[in-house]
Amino acid sequence: MSEILGLEFMRHALLAALLVGLSAPLVGVFLVQRRMSLIGDGMGHVALAGVAVGLLTGAQPVLAALVAAILAALAIELIRARGTTSADVALAVMFYGGIALGVVVIAKSSASSPANLTAYLFGALLTTTRADVLVVGALAVTVVAATLVLRQRFFAVAGDEEFARASGLAVLRYNLILAVLTAVVVVVAMRIVGLLLISALMILPNATAQLLARSFRATMAYAVGIGVLCSVGGVLISYEAATPSGGTIVLLAVGLFLATSILTAGLARVRRASHARAESHDHEHGPHCGHRAIPHDGHVDYDHDGHRHAAHQGHYDEHGHPEHAAEGHPRR
Amino acid sequence: MNSAPILHLRGASFGYGEIAVVREVDLDVRPGEVIALLGPNGSGKSTLVRGLLGLADHLGGVAEVFGAPLGSNGQHTSIGYVPQRHSLSASVRATVTEVVSTGRLPLRPWWRPGTRSDADHTRSAIEAVGLGDRARAEVAALSGGQQRRVLIARALAGESEVLVMDEPTAGVDRASQEVLATVLARLKAAGTTMLIVTHELTALEGVVSRIVCLDRGVVDFDGDPTAYGEHLAGHPVGGHHHDEDTEHAFASRATVPLAGTAPLDPTPRRRHE
Repeated sequence: MSEILGLEFMRHALLAALLVGLSAPLVGVFLVQRRMSLIGDGMGHVALAGVAVGLLTGAQPVLAALVAAILAALAIELIRARGTTSADVALAVMFYGGIALGVVVIAKSSASSPANLTAYLFGALLTTTRADVLVVGALAVTVVAATLVLRQRFFAVAGDEEFARASGLAVLRYNLILAVLTAVVVVVAMRIVGLLLISALMILPNATAQLLARSFRATMAYAVGIGVLCSVGGVLISYEAATPSGGTIVLLAVGLFLATSILTAGLARVRRASHARAESHDHEHGPHCGHRAIPHDGHVDYDHDGHRHAAHQGHYDEHGHPEHAAEGHPRR
Repeated sequence: MNSAPILHLRGASFGYGEIAVVREVDLDVRPGEVIALLGPNGSGKSTLVRGLLGLADHLGGVAEVFGAPLGSNGQHTSIGYVPQRHSLSASVRATVTEVVSTGRLPLRPWWRPGTRSDADHTRSAIEAVGLGDRARAEVAALSGGQQRRVLIARALAGESEVLVMDEPTAGVDRASQEVLATVLARLKAAGTTMLIVTHELTALEGVVSRIVCLDRGVVDFDGDPTAYGEHLAGHPVGGHHHDEDTEHAFASRATVPLAGTAPLDPTPRRRHE
């Protein structure tokens, strides 16, 4: 490890990976909530056109990509908000136009090679310069801060747009801010993960987190942990195994998702087999249902004609008889 | 009934773009009233409600909330919206508390985190709809009727002056409908003003204090439940209105007389089963 940290480009790469791992899942959770998981991919396509323009004009590719991705983000939201039937086609024209322009211009520019293009599309360790790290760091800190401050508003708008609008929240404004933050993440992740793979790091950690968490708050916390684990772990593996960093990071995220789904499905089966269901009834237990409430171990049982019923998803579990409570459920 | 109205409509029209769907509506909603807004599909009741919420365009006439024109700054927070369940995204996990607490957001600036008072209002709203023991449960794991109550709690948390509910009992099974009706009765007893769009008057028996009927974009009845019973009885078979509405209570009102049924229930209960 100290050998790796002795290399300047690896210090840069690890720092960039940490920032990407933090910021991508934070923004991604709201894209999942809005069912727009693939939108980051489209922004990545357009960002490539920005990179090409940067290479051609001698401007910093990162900054040029940032401008292109933000313009794309604003266009996506405004086209969506107008709700016309051709919105889908308009987005396709923009995305594929962007990536095609990028590929052609980069191929023609004297300052780049095919390896260069691959690095932008799929990520590479060697390409992260000191200047890049500074820009990327500032952008990532902005994304994390903005997302944390606005997370409840993003949650409300993404969860129920109509209610948010009716209650007076500025829905379009928050959607535009979220789109711009997504564009910034795409650019932050461009060097390490690559423009074609960044969407995976916004979405997959959230998919895994949903298998583990029971609340939105916990989902975000798990997703950030998983995101950092995958991006930093992926960079280390990529160095040892001499593999492209973006692909390695995403494969790690996919592997973690599959392992978690198999594990949680297995656990659920064991739990289903080991818990007793009460006979089904139409009556709904609640604070006003007339049955005696027995709070214990973080939930409430209801004394239903000598049976203790505890709500569990769509049905009630049998938690034994009230008089045997002391045996069945030891109090702490 | 002489207190100042919360909502005041005079000749108000609402619609989309240039097209008015409801026209010339006169309606006052006073504190403590529970109004059922009835009408067949396409009668404009959703458009009227969406207009009040700022989701449809206000195209003419007077529409005021506490004497100020509809949609003026901060106005919408005084009308609490309870949409149908399907407007809630189920693509991420969220607890009852997390969803209900979003009802507080319009009451504070974007940079201010939630306070103790926000948490208290959220908790008491959840308790008011009888879900106190499920505050930390996942919304997606609740039944349809319970999810509807989560949405009511979210609107309550916003401390609105009037709750506007869109078909709260639609698609909810019988047992949950009864719990829902109990919750609404409790809110009414606490003085909550409600405007309820519904097809199913039966489920809200005893809660509703006034009935407003829309047909083809205009109000064609406005009065208390007793008067509504007389209004229905006064219509001959195949009367001009409600005839498009074949799915619920009014379908057979002309053939089943009021005698022997509850005042709000022109159709015998067994017809629902």
